[in-house]
Amino acid sequence: MNFEFLELTELRKLLDEKKVSSVELAKYFLGRIKKYQDLNAFITVTEEEAELQAKVADDYIASPGENPFLCGIPYAAKDMFLTKGIRTTAASKILDNYVPPFDSTIIAKLKEQKAVLLGKTNQDQFAHGSSGESSAYGFTLNPWDKTRMPAGSSSGSGAGVSAGLAPYALGTDTGGSIRGPASFCGVTGYKPTYGRTSRYGVISMASSMDTQGFLCLSVEDAAHIAEYISGHDPKDASTGALEVPEYHKNLQADLNGLKVGLPKEYFLEGMEPGVEKRVQEAIKQIEKLGATIVEVSLPSTHYGQMVYAIITPSEISSNLAKYDGIRFGHSTAEAKDLLEVYNKSRAEGFGDEAKRRIMTGTYVLSAGYYDAYYKRAQKIRRLLVNEFEQVFKQVDVLLTPTSPNVALKSGLAQHDPIYAYIADRLLVNCNLAGIPAISVPCGFALPADGETPSADGLPVGLQIIGPQWGEQKIFNVGYAYQQATDWHKKHPSI
Amino acid sequence: MQSYTSSTEYKPVIGFEIHIQLATKAKMFSPAPNNPDEIVPNTNIDEIVTGQPGTLPVANKEAIRLAAMVGLALNCTIDEFSKFDRKHYFYPDLPKGYQISQYDQPISKKGYLDIQVNGKTKRIGITRAHLEEDAGKNVHPEGLAYSLVDYNRAGAPLLEIVTEPDIESAEEGRIFLQELRNIVRYLGASSADMEKGTMRCEPNISVRKPGETSLPKYKVEVKNINSFKFAESAVNYEIARHIEMLKEDKTPKQVTMGWDEKNNCTVEQRSKEDAHDYRYMPDPDLPVLQFTKEYLDELRNRMPELPAQKRTRFLEEYKLPSADVDNLINWKELAFYFEDVVSELDEWMNQEKGLDRGQLIKMAANWCLQDFSALLNRDLSNPLDSEVGPENFAELIKLIQQGKISGSAAKPVFKAMYEKGGDPSDIVEDMGLAQVSDESAIASAIDKIIVENPKAVADYKAGQQKSFGFLVGQCMKELKGKGNPQVINELLKKKLL
Repeated sequence: MNFEFLELTELRKLLDEKKVSSVELAKYFLGRIKKYQDLNAFITVTEEEAELQAKVADDYIASPGENPFLCGIPYAAKDMFLTKGIRTTAASKILDNYVPPFDSTIIAKLKEQKAVLLGKTNQDQFAHGSSGESSAYGFTLNPWDKTRMPAGSSSGSGAGVSAGLAPYALGTDTGGSIRGPASFCGVTGYKPTYGRTSRYGVISMASSMDTQGFLCLSVEDAAHIAEYISGHDPKDASTGALEVPEYHKNLQADLNGLKVGLPKEYFLEGMEPGVEKRVQEAIKQIEKLGATIVEVSLPSTHYGQMVYAIITPSEISSNLAKYDGIRFGHSTAEAKDLLEVYNKSRAEGFGDEAKRRIMTGTYVLSAGYYDAYYKRAQKIRRLLVNEFEQVFKQVDVLLTPTSPNVALKSGLAQHDPIYAYIADRLLVNCNLAGIPAISVPCGFALPADGETPSADGLPVGLQIIGPQWGEQKIFNVGYAYQQATDWHKKHPSI
Repeated sequence: MQSYTSSTEYKPVIGFEIHIQLATKAKMFSPAPNNPDEIVPNTNIDEIVTGQPGTLPVANKEAIRLAAMVGLALNCTIDEFSKFDRKHYFYPDLPKGYQISQYDQPISKKGYLDIQVNGKTKRIGITRAHLEEDAGKNVHPEGLAYSLVDYNRAGAPLLEIVTEPDIESAEEGRIFLQELRNIVRYLGASSADMEKGTMRCEPNISVRKPGETSLPKYKVEVKNINSFKFAESAVNYEIARHIEMLKEDKTPKQVTMGWDEKNNCTVEQRSKEDAHDYRYMPDPDLPVLQFTKEYLDELRNRMPELPAQKRTRFLEEYKLPSADVDNLINWKELAFYFEDVVSELDEWMNQEKGLDRGQLIKMAANWCLQDFSALLNRDLSNPLDSEVGPENFAELIKLIQQGKISGSAAKPVFKAMYEKGGDPSDIVEDMGLAQVSDESAIASAIDKIIVENPKAVADYKAGQQKSFGFLVGQCMKELKGKGNPQVINELLKKKLL
C-alpha cells in the first residue's frame, strides 16, 4: 500500500483501525526520504528517534481510549526548530555541531501528541532567502522540475511534502518562507497570525515578524495541525492569550455571504500570463461558491518591501550577535586573541547572505542612521497595518497570487542577492502587519523563461490573506476551494 | 542644563550611577535562580541565560514591581509606557551579544531624594532609573593561557539609578548612598550590599573652577568601589587630584578610573574617547510595558514607611538622640526589631500604670545598639533571626526596671539569651543572679557587717565618706553580689545614724 499523499484523516483512520502501524508508516516515509535523497530536502534524518517515537505511538494506540489526532503520524521540521538531542543547524556552518538542550514549544506540543519526527529539513541559511540556495548544505531541488528551485526559505519542507516524503512539515515564515515554497512546490502552506504560535525554541530570524506554520497536503489538514501547534506560550511574551478555535470543526464549503477583496496593487504588471490566468480562474471559482468579489486598494503596498529590507536586517544583525564562538556553535581554531575569536568564528561560520544582512542591519542601527531608516520604516509599517485594518472592515479575506511567477531555474538567487527581496513582494506585507495567510495550489502554468519544464506545467499558488486572528476565514475559503477543485491532489512524478 | 551660582572656591560636581541588584527569586528575563550568594560557577543558569538559539526573554513582573516601587520612593514620574531596548556589544560575559536595557523610555525619571547633611536638608535630583539585565563575570585564572566565564550573575535584574550632578562633597555622596541603600532595603527591593556587589556605585566627578557657573567640560568616572568608605575616599581623592591639576591650569582627562583599595588611590582604566556605538533598538521580543493608574495607585497604597519617615517618627515619638536614631534607621532589621520590643513594653505599661515610657524606650534602644548590636556584628547575623525574641528582650528590660536584676548582671543574662534563647527570668534564676531587695535579709547582713567592722563604722561617723563605700562593698560581698545597691545604701545610712 502507498501512504504518500494520504491526508491526515486517512492516516488517522488507518492507524486507529490498525491497518498500519506507526512504525510501518515511519519506515515507509524514511524509505522515501532515502530514495529521493537527491532532492536534498533534509539536512538530518532522525531514523532511530523516529522509530522509537513510532513505537511509543503504537503502544499508545494499542492501549484503550481515543488517540490524539497526530499520534503516530510522521512529520518533518525545518531545521530552525530546536529539537532536544537532535542537531539543529539553521542550515548554517556556524551551528553545524549544535545539539540543543531543549525542544522548541511547538516540537514539544507535537511530542505530546505522539507525532513522529522524521528529520530536519533543508532551508535557506538562518531562513535568509527565497530559494533555499543560501543553505550551507546545498540546494534543495523542486520535485516538479529538478532544474528549478523549490523557493524558500522553507525549501526542504516544501519539496519534502510535495514529493511525499512527509505528510506535513513545519516551516517558518518571516517574509513568505512558507507560502513561497507552497506555491512553487504545489502544496498548501499556512502562516498564522504573529503571536498565534510560539517562537520559543525556534531560531530567530526577524523577531517582530517570525511566524511558525507548516506545509501540508490540504486546507483540511492545515486546520487540524494548526489546532495543535497554536496557543499562548508563557515563554513567548508575544503570543496572544486568545483561545485557539477548533478550526476543522468550523470548516464550511459554502461561501455565501463572504466578501472577498482583490487588492489591485497585488495584481502587478509583469506577472506571468500563465500565473495570472490560473489566479483569475481561482477567483471565479470562489465567486461561484457564493462569495462576493470586490476590488480594494492598499495604497502603501509597494513600500512594504523597502520597510522589510530595513527592519529585517536590523533584527537579524541583533539576533545573530549571539553566534560568537564562545558558548556554542562554531568556534575558530585559529584565534590569537578575543577579537580574533569573534572575527574568525563568525567569518568562517556565517554564509554570505547572513553576512550581508548583518552588515546592512549594523549600518541601519548605527548612531545617526537609526532615525533616518529604522524609525521611519517603523512608521511606514504602522501605516501598512492601518491600511490592512481598514480594508478588513470592508472584506473578510483578500485574494492575491502567492508569487507572480512559477518556479525559477536553480542558481538564480545565488548570483543575485536582490532576488530574495523581489521574490517575496507579494508576501512580506502580511509579516509586517502580522496577519495570517495561506497559499493553496490553483493549477499549473508554463514558466515565462521559455525553458520547457520536465512537468506539463509548474504549480501556481493562490494566496488567501485574513485579518489578525482570522485564521478560520482563510481556512474556510481554502477549504471551500479545495472541495470544488483538485489541484491540491496533483503530485509530481519523481 | 543646570547653572550654578558663581563661587570663589573650587566646587566639586558629582553625580552617581548606581546599580541595584533586585532581590527577586528569578532572573530578569528567565526563571533561572537569582542568587547573589551562589559560589559554584555556572549553576544559576538555563537556556535563556546562556543565550541558546531560539530562546526568548519574558520580563520578570516582580522585578518590574520593585523597580516601580523604588521609582515612587524616589519621587519619580512613572510614565504609562516604557520599553526595553537592546544594547549591542561583544564580550564573553554577555551571552546574547546584546544587553537588554532601557534606552529612551526608562521606567522612572525626574525624581529626587532629600538627604540630611549637617542638620540641613539637601535635595539630590534623580535623572532616571531603568531596568536592565546584568552580565556574567570573566575569570582569568592566574598563569593560564585562557579565561573562563561564570554566567551566574548573567541576567540578574538590575535597577540602574542615575542622579543629577547635585552632589558637592564626598560626605554628601556617602549620605546619599546610605539613604538610597536604606530606601531600597526598606522596600525589600534589594539586599543593597556594597561588599557583595548587590549595590554598586560609580561616581562621576568633576570640579568647577572659581567663578565657573556651568558644568565642567570633563568628568571622571570611578569604578570598582565596594564600600561606602571607599566611595568617600575615592571621591575625595579625585577632588584633590582635579583641584591640583586645575590650579596648574590643566584639565583632567575624561577617563574611567578604578579605585585601588590597597594603595588608597585611583588608577586609570580606560580612556572614554573611543565611545561605543551600542546600536540601541527596541527589543522586538518584549512587549511595551504599560503601567495603569490602578497599578501605580496600588503600589502607592502598599508603600511601606520609608527610612526618612521612620527617622522623623523615632525622633518625635521616642525622643531618642539623633545619632541613636540614625544607627537604628541604618539597620533596617534592628529598627523593626526595636519597634517590636517597644510594643512589648507598651503592653506591659498598659497593665502596670505609672512607668516611665521614655526611660524604658531609652533603655531598649541602648540595649539594641550596644550589647545586641555587638553580638550580631560579631556573628554577621540578623536581629530578626536571633534567638532573642522581642518578647524576652522586653522581659529583660522589665527585670532591670523592676530592680530584679542589676544592669551589670543583666549583661551575662542577655548573652545567655542570645546564645541559647530562653526566658530571662529562668536564666537569672539558673545563674543565681536575682537581686536581693528583701529588706530583712539586707538588714541582717548590715547588722553583721557593722559588728564585724567597728573601725570603719567609727571612721564614717567621724566624717570619712569613703568608709561608707567600704561598708556597702562588704554588705554586697555578704549578699554574694546580689544585693540591691539602692536598698543597701538606704538601710546602711539609717543604721549608722
